[in-house]
Amino acid sequence: MAKRIDVSGLHVYYGDFLAVEDVSMTIEPRSVTAFIGSSGCGKSTFLRTLNRMHEVTPGARAEGKVLLDDLDIYGPDVDPVLVRSEIGMVFQKANPFPTMSIYDNVIAGARLNNKRMPRSEADDLVEESLRGANLWEEVKDRLDKPGSGLSGGQQQRLCIARATAVRPSVLLMDEPCSALDPISTLAIEDLIHKLKEDYTIVIVTHNMQQAARVSDRTAFFNLSAPGKPGNLIEMGETNQIFTRPEKKETENYITGRFG
Amino acid sequence: MTTTDAPQAASPPAGKRRIGDVVFAGLARSSGILILLILAGVAAFLLVQAWPSLMANTANFLTDQSWDANTRENPAFGVAALAFGTVLAAGIALFLATPIAIGIALFIVYYAPRRLAATLGYLVDLLAAIPSVVYGLWGMMVLAPQLVPVYEGMTRYLGWIPLFAGPSSTSGRTLLTAGVVLAVMILPIITAMSRDVFHQVPQGHREAALAMGATRWEMIRLAVLPFGKSGIVGGAMLGMGRALGETMAVAMILSPSLAISFNLLQSGNQTIAAHIALQYPEATGYGVSALIAAGLVLFAITLAVNMGARYVVARGNKESA
Amino acid sequence: MSTTTTQPPAPGPEAGATLELRTGALPRRFPLALLVGSGMVVAGVLAAFSSFGPIAWALLTAVAYTVIIVTASARVEGGRKAKDRLVTAVVYGCFLLAMTPLVSLLYTVFGYGLNRFSPYFLTVSMNGVLPSMDAGGVYHAIVGTLAITGMATLMSVPVGVLTAVYLVEYAEGRLKKVITFFVDVMTGIPSIVAGLFVVALWMMLFGPGNTNGAAGAISLAVLMIPVVVRSSEEMLRLVPQDLREASYALGVPKWRTITKVVLPTSAAGLTTGIMLAIARVIGETAPLVLTAGSSAVSINWNLFDGQMMNLPVFIFSQFRMGGAVNYERAWAAALTLVLTVMLLFILARVIGRLFAPKTR
Repeated sequence: MAKRIDVSGLHVYYGDFLAVEDVSMTIEPRSVTAFIGSSGCGKSTFLRTLNRMHEVTPGARAEGKVLLDDLDIYGPDVDPVLVRSEIGMVFQKANPFPTMSIYDNVIAGARLNNKRMPRSEADDLVEESLRGANLWEEVKDRLDKPGSGLSGGQQQRLCIARATAVRPSVLLMDEPCSALDPISTLAIEDLIHKLKEDYTIVIVTHNMQQAARVSDRTAFFNLSAPGKPGNLIEMGETNQIFTRPEKKETENYITGRFG
Repeated sequence: MTTTDAPQAASPPAGKRRIGDVVFAGLARSSGILILLILAGVAAFLLVQAWPSLMANTANFLTDQSWDANTRENPAFGVAALAFGTVLAAGIALFLATPIAIGIALFIVYYAPRRLAATLGYLVDLLAAIPSVVYGLWGMMVLAPQLVPVYEGMTRYLGWIPLFAGPSSTSGRTLLTAGVVLAVMILPIITAMSRDVFHQVPQGHREAALAMGATRWEMIRLAVLPFGKSGIVGGAMLGMGRALGETMAVAMILSPSLAISFNLLQSGNQTIAAHIALQYPEATGYGVSALIAAGLVLFAITLAVNMGARYVVARGNKESA
Repeated sequence: MSTTTTQPPAPGPEAGATLELRTGALPRRFPLALLVGSGMVVAGVLAAFSSFGPIAWALLTAVAYTVIIVTASARVEGGRKAKDRLVTAVVYGCFLLAMTPLVSLLYTVFGYGLNRFSPYFLTVSMNGVLPSMDAGGVYHAIVGTLAITGMATLMSVPVGVLTAVYLVEYAEGRLKKVITFFVDVMTGIPSIVAGLFVVALWMMLFGPGNTNGAAGAISLAVLMIPVVVRSSEEMLRLVPQDLREASYALGVPKWRTITKVVLPTSAAGLTTGIMLAIARVIGETAPLVLTAGSSAVSINWNLFDGQMMNLPVFIFSQFRMGGAVNYERAWAAALTLVLTVMLLFILARVIGRLFAPKTR
């Protein structure tokens, strides 16, 4: 059920300001693609255009084509609501709904589409999603407790379970570990390895070691100058990007010779 | 009491205390204390002046429904009917205003075009700026006649509900009309409080809902309303406090009678505040003192409601922090 | 109804299942066209069957629009979308519903008020005018409103602003909490209770039956102080901490820092808050009926001697007399009052916007 994403000629604007310029890339199914680059280079902005979450920000718009398998998610009559249930997202800061129990958090998205889901089916889905997120063993005895009572890393895995319970084909992760301690980070990275068997995964990260550890392919974004739009500099096998980058800028960035 | 002062958090290095500092800090502190004294004074003076009539009262002040206080001999009066009317009118207002206020707040925060949102919010605030005496004028001369046919329809189709039993008032000057006007008057308060909490809903929660494929309404149901609950409840209670104490609009709209009646479409019922305003110019004997006693009851009710509201809001803030 | 939902709700990793991101969607211009259409149809039906009331028209149009768009959406776009559209229509409806009384109120106040609103009306008192005479004006009430509100402002601004200074710059611990809480509580005092408070106070000081402008001013001050405290507190908190620290670093004592740096920086905001507080109390009627009297007809500039008419009470007393001329006077006075309040409101916003310190 994992799907390929083909981006061609995508520009992203905030009002009149061009934030990301002319990105074309292919994101392979059943693999992890990492976006790296300095702060403000547009990698998160670009990530959000992949499931049309950028439209939530007032004034933001994208031009270009994003094909999910062979369907243009920016095509006429395409409903962003359906796009987002097909392409899930996990955020930098874990954001379980504070007033809901762990159980309700996991089931929240799935319930939107299927209100009268039988109890047993819902139970199965919750267990399956939590197991999928490597969280089941830790929370199975307190499913009715609020999700906000979990640790940061557990909350993030709860959010991943919540996203997968909708059964998307793609998971976008926007710096999912940047607020976590090393042990929780490791747990999430393990999880990403496991999830890529079923999903297309795109992860934005500040941490180059993390990109090297978890991703199959890596894309490097950069600004040509402050105030200028962000560009995709190069993209390739992670191994190649980190050992034999083709572009000078990429080499500067990964070797730390970057301002 | 004004010269001692504890060391401050963000103050200049403490050294010798300058005379200017001492005087200014003392002034500021006394102002704060003056407010406490005023509030205590309100309660104390009302109590002192209400006392004589309460002592002379031959009826039970809390349970009696009549008002026979304008005499020096054996006054007999009670607030039961008035308190009932007050709570009922405020209840109607709250019932009508709260859902609409939530709708308006959602409209301004999440639906209205962003460029217009501030201006539209300002229009709602304008409702709060209109003096209550003007609301009274409008309610009695414009709204009440408009509502007469509506009330006739309600008695015809909903008359089996005791609240709406016929025959309806031919002037439209009923408790329901007063409740509608009060609802308009408290809309801005509830709207403002709801807007505040809706603005505070963390972006993360809203995006979480949208990212799992929620429509705008589903996002509001999942992320916004649960988060804003305490603010809405607090706002509604503040609105209730305002409606309880509102005087002129009610005094001008209702054609008064002193009785406990559950019928909203006939003339009947009266509120404490309106009763005071209407009776005061004619009060003699124990009259003024008795009205002050009624005011004391109103003060106590609104105080309780407002303190409750502040408590709910404060607790909500703590939880979301 | 949800049979047309194209997103299969059933889970399952059926690989290669055709993906569908499109829903049947209503054309983008459909809502607008529908709104205009239902407006016209309802107008036609109303005109054919009965008299044409703008409010009935608006309500029926809104209902027709909502019903049609929700049904159409449920057919074409599915249940979830339809619910979303329903809520959107309801939320817009709530706003329009709230605007109805505002529009109606302003319309009638201007409509009826302009009958008698004239320079003559504004510059003449009711002295020697019998209630039913086609003469008289509100000059004495304007004088009273200015004097009473002015005195109330003079009392509440220093107390209110100083309390705000205390809360923001000095207070800590219990006393701060207590004052903050009771200022909040004081905001909720019913205006009639503030009036009764002064009545009780006056009875103890001067005996029963003593009404004058000063009593009215005190009752208004009770209502005004908490409003001033609240808004001033908010404005003082907007002054950046670095500004204070910069001043301390120069060796300026705290009180000079407050009077020379903090208060001037927030002056525009304080003024805005004070004007809004004035706008709030200038229309207060109930406490003034009790304290300043409701039967004065002539010009009285003396706050401490005798009854003092003012605009809100003038409206109320004319209303109670109940003749045609009295109603006209009441509406014209209402127009005067509403214009005054709006002027204060707009002025407050303009001052707040023009002179706001650029701190953000």
